[in-house]
Amino acid sequence: MLLAIDTSAGTSVAVVDLDGGILAELSSDDTRRHTEVIGSLIAACIADSGITVSALSGVVAGMGPGPFTGLRVGIAAARVFAVGAGTKVIPAVSHDAIAFGCTEPTLVATDARRREVYWSTYSGSDAAGLPIRTSGPNLAKVGELDTAVHGFADYRLVEAATVSAGALGMLVETMLANGRDVESSFDGHPGALYLRSPDVTMSNGPKRVTT
Amino acid sequence: MKPLVLGIETSCDETGIGIVRGTELLANVISSSMDEHARYGGVVPEVAARAHLEALVPAIEQALAEADVTLADLDAIAVTSGPGLAGALMVGVGAAKALAVSLDKPIFAVNHLVGHVGADLISDTEPLEYPTIALLVSGGHTSLLLVRDLVSDVELLGETIDDAAGEAFDKVARLLGLPYPGGPHIDRVAVGGDPKAIRFPRGLSLPKDMAKHRYDFSFSGLKTSVARWVEREQDAGAELPIADVAASFREAVVDVLLTKAVAACNDLGVPRLLLGGGVVANARVRELAAERCEAAGIRLRIPPLSLCTDNGAMIAALGAQLIMAGRPPSTLDFGADSTLPVTTIQA
Ligand SMILES: [Zn+2]
Repeated sequence: MLLAIDTSAGTSVAVVDLDGGILAELSSDDTRRHTEVIGSLIAACIADSGITVSALSGVVAGMGPGPFTGLRVGIAAARVFAVGAGTKVIPAVSHDAIAFGCTEPTLVATDARRREVYWSTYSGSDAAGLPIRTSGPNLAKVGELDTAVHGFADYRLVEAATVSAGALGMLVETMLANGRDVESSFDGHPGALYLRSPDVTMSNGPKRVTT
Repeated sequence: MKPLVLGIETSCDETGIGIVRGTELLANVISSSMDEHARYGGVVPEVAARAHLEALVPAIEQALAEADVTLADLDAIAVTSGPGLAGALMVGVGAAKALAVSLDKPIFAVNHLVGHVGADLISDTEPLEYPTIALLVSGGHTSLLLVRDLVSDVELLGETIDDAAGEAFDKVARLLGLPYPGGPHIDRVAVGGDPKAIRFPRGLSLPKDMAKHRYDFSFSGLKTSVARWVEREQDAGAELPIADVAASFREAVVDVLLTKAVAACNDLGVPRLLLGGGVVANARVRELAAERCEAAGIRLRIPPLSLCTDNGAMIAALGAQLIMAGRPPSTLDFGADSTLPVTTIQA
């Protein structure tokens, strides 16, 4: 049994179980109130599913990609909830949750703000029903997705305004049940998928004040 | 009952996790991202927020080990909900809520500035009496408070209308070719300098300003004045008397800070002054505070430096005070408020 938290778009929280499926899922589409809703959604999900925290075998953290400020709220919550529950945190790629269940070539794109989009491509699903990511997550300028994505026209485009923590949790349950190494879906860096450096303008020393 | 509280502080560039039992300090773990900001010459909010996310879990585990308590022993979680950098605060608030829900413990969302005052309660010496004036000075804030009661009555007398004092130190350090953070480097090169060599302006101290901004501060004019002075010397091809410039600049900052703080004590008949914030690390601040308070018959309190800079223990201490005063916990829906007023002690 897993608690899953994703704040790469809105805020989504779920309790899932390999056999029982999604036991509870609560989401808010608001992309500006992650901090406000995260605690209540977790508490309500646990209550709705009727489980106790000690029954959890892990906490799934949606690592993005997604706008940083909101994304971090969910990752911080997942990591620290796992400490409180005495269980492990399991990082997962948020785009994989959207592609989970797709059978045709799929392009997942989400708003990265500042006229950019995060994108990943999937060729379909494997025998276990898990999505096969062929590239990404990556970052492209709005309007340049068709040139950034090789074979753009062959994909079904899914613009993901929301990410389901239930889907993310079930994805991880399925991966674990099939002996997959979850961290391997991260290219060796299972941290937050920012895909952008902190924007800082390096100063060239102090400016003159006298003219 | 003395509540066991874990405090989480992420308002600026220090990830602070502290644990107190009532007024007894059990752990104070601080993980700073200061080095990562050095190359930019100031705190970069996105860099700070990323660092908080990575530092939280190790800091929590270290604090529990230091305090020799388990999460199950805790009576409550306290967290800074503001003021501070929004993106940085959100990391701590998200984490604190998750911890509270996972443990089924109450959560207290508290004010960072009032937390600085609460730091005094967990320092080793006998506690301060109320009311007191509190002067809180750091790279993020410069505030003068009247504290009548820590959990119910805190008033903002004045604050900076532009830069924080710590920022002024950083900016002037850059002018002088010194590294970040500016405070300790200004202190270092000011040794042997003449604080009276150059008369830099004292912001908001003229009679016309004192009417409207009696307890407010302004440091941006001072910074410009130092820049102008330095440029004039450089244009004339003179060698810069760095020690004198540093000592004179520092004197201007410290003088105006303490003049206004002591004036508040005198005006309001409160013979007690508490200092807090990272700028308290500055030797001249402590020295001049001692001098001026002695002369004015004001009892001065300066908590140890590890409790003056931003830390989680002060947040836990304020949380414990709220519990002991019988306050109900915060509801789970509070947010991060980058401009939370000091009058909101608990959100
Ligand atoms: Zn502070």
